[in-house]
Amino acid sequence: MILGATWSEIWSAWGDVFTTASLASMVAAAGPLIYATIGETITEKAGVINLSLEGSLMLSALAGFGTAFVADNVLIGFLAAAAVGAAIAALIAFASIELRLDQIAVGFVMTLLAIDLSDYLGNRFVGEAGPAVPAWPIPGLSDIPWIGEVLFDHNVSVYGSFVVVIVAYIFIYRTRRGLELQGIGERPEGAFARGVAVNRMRYFYTIVGGSLVGVAGAAFSLDQRLGWREGLTRNLGWIALAIVIFGGWHPIRVAIGAILFGFLQVVALQFQSVFPGVSQVLPTIPFPLMILALVIVYTDWFRRLGDRYPRLRGILAADPPGGIGVAFHPE
Amino acid sequence: MTTESRAERWGAIAAPIALAVLVAIVLLLLAGANPFEAFKLIGEGALSGWANMGETLMAWVPLVLASAGLIITFNAGLWNIGIEGQIILGGIAASWAAREVGGPGWVVVPAAIVAGALGGMVWALFAGVLKTRFKVNEIFGGLGLDFVAASLAVYLVIGPWKRQGVASTSGTDLFRDEALLPTVAENNRLSLVAVGLAIAGVVFVYYLMKGTLFGLRLKAVGRNVRSAFLLGIPTSRYMLGAFALCGVLAGIAGSMQAIGFHFKLIPAISGGYGFLGILVVLLAAFRAAWIAPIALFFIAMSRGSTQLALRLDIDSALGGVITGILVLLVILGGGWQARRLLRREAAS
Repeated sequence: MILGATWSEIWSAWGDVFTTASLASMVAAAGPLIYATIGETITEKAGVINLSLEGSLMLSALAGFGTAFVADNVLIGFLAAAAVGAAIAALIAFASIELRLDQIAVGFVMTLLAIDLSDYLGNRFVGEAGPAVPAWPIPGLSDIPWIGEVLFDHNVSVYGSFVVVIVAYIFIYRTRRGLELQGIGERPEGAFARGVAVNRMRYFYTIVGGSLVGVAGAAFSLDQRLGWREGLTRNLGWIALAIVIFGGWHPIRVAIGAILFGFLQVVALQFQSVFPGVSQVLPTIPFPLMILALVIVYTDWFRRLGDRYPRLRGILAADPPGGIGVAFHPE
Repeated sequence: MTTESRAERWGAIAAPIALAVLVAIVLLLLAGANPFEAFKLIGEGALSGWANMGETLMAWVPLVLASAGLIITFNAGLWNIGIEGQIILGGIAASWAAREVGGPGWVVVPAAIVAGALGGMVWALFAGVLKTRFKVNEIFGGLGLDFVAASLAVYLVIGPWKRQGVASTSGTDLFRDEALLPTVAENNRLSLVAVGLAIAGVVFVYYLMKGTLFGLRLKAVGRNVRSAFLLGIPTSRYMLGAFALCGVLAGIAGSMQAIGFHFKLIPAISGGYGFLGILVVLLAAFRAAWIAPIALFFIAMSRGSTQLALRLDIDSALGGVITGILVLLVILGGGWQARRLLRREAAS
């Protein structure tokens, strides 16, 4: 007996975690978080912190559902959600670059304001059934046993999340523009000296990142958590911020972090009846994990390990972009 | 050299307020309500009648305490987003004392308040040590600790401290009467102890920042950590001190929530006053003298719109929307004004 459950109960719940249906739901659950975390990764790579994720996600989820509901069109919903995410991001970039205000302050105010706005404006949509992203098993691929069901029996919103990870990775690490993006986040002065319009590019990447956060909101309200209710995406914005750090600002590792969070959710679901108390706590595990990851990275032990096995560094190291959160003023 | 005129300075404050009121009117019109009737209902809902005023003040107390604590950390250049968790730990520690410490009220109540203060302090020092020793940014360390604290509260409420009979997320059993703050009248939460503690907190922080060497040095740390360090200020120790003091005030706020407002431990024991306190302090521009009236305004808006929601069919989030827009506009207005002055200076 552990915490009031028998071993066989635990064993059977653990087995249920790894059924194809449950793994497929994990991949699907990670989808919206992948959009949000990749968006924030791009933003932070450019040196800007968009702290408003918790609010941006919520308001864009409402915008996505509300617009799709009124227009009876999922695509328009996604576009509206992306626009809301982009608008909030643009405001934070403007306040930081033009008005020289603290990004954190503006991002934090936008967080609370967007949450309250979503509560206030979303009233009339609570409990309404609206359009959803239609299922679309990829012909051929979805017939592959096991893998097909886990990866290719979803919808466009979920496949899009795969694509976003790969495109972000190739863009950041394999293109000249991507190198430039890393430059404006790591050493803006250096990039500026080499003729890069640092602030204009920061606007651009912050807005791109914000639109992806908006898409994530719509992916929640039009796919993963169909419909609108107050607090639809509660805490997921904060979790997305944690996953970006946990993933060390690297698209692939960030995506793995999002999938691990999906895994935790599936585990929590399967163990709900076995450990009613513990499974309520499971979704908060990303935070202790994130803190642990950050603490380990800064220990002497880890530094020595990195010195001895330089290859490990690429896998584990998680130093933030050098110029993150600091506004750049050419004069 | 150019300076801003008095008219410009007042304009920088009045314009955002006027704009926020305008936005509120538009939002109310969109919801099909008469704005003037709505404003009247908000005011009445928060401030009419002695009983009502008492409730409003008891909601004001934790917000003021949290804001006072945040003044210290903000002046040290720290973003103490972990304050929510510090309030929660204060509430948990106070609940522990209220449940475990025996004896009459004059023993249990101080014990609960001290336990709350210590709980908040320990939680704040976690974030502080992560920041100073392990270089973990206090925003993310704090957020993490917020989540851990919230989980701990949920776990206690549905686990070890569950109600007699069936466990429920609505909270623990009510504490026994001796463990509750003494109130002015029956059927009203208003407690002079709570209000006194809130006022003491504000006065303490005001003098700490204005009239002590600690406060001055803390501000130096907040302005520029490197130069403060080169001037011989032990910056890490000062940051830890700021965290500890903020944690104490947040913890007392949590204990007030537990033994003065809810009379039990609930999962949402912080009431969101930590995050709201950050808005209060941003609007107060980090000055202690302003937090008491601003906090009262925030609480009045939030309690008033709850009443509004009951009377008219309008979501109670309206109060939060209006205060949020106000803070945003004041901050943006301040940045705009600074930019104009900078340009004027560059031109002359």
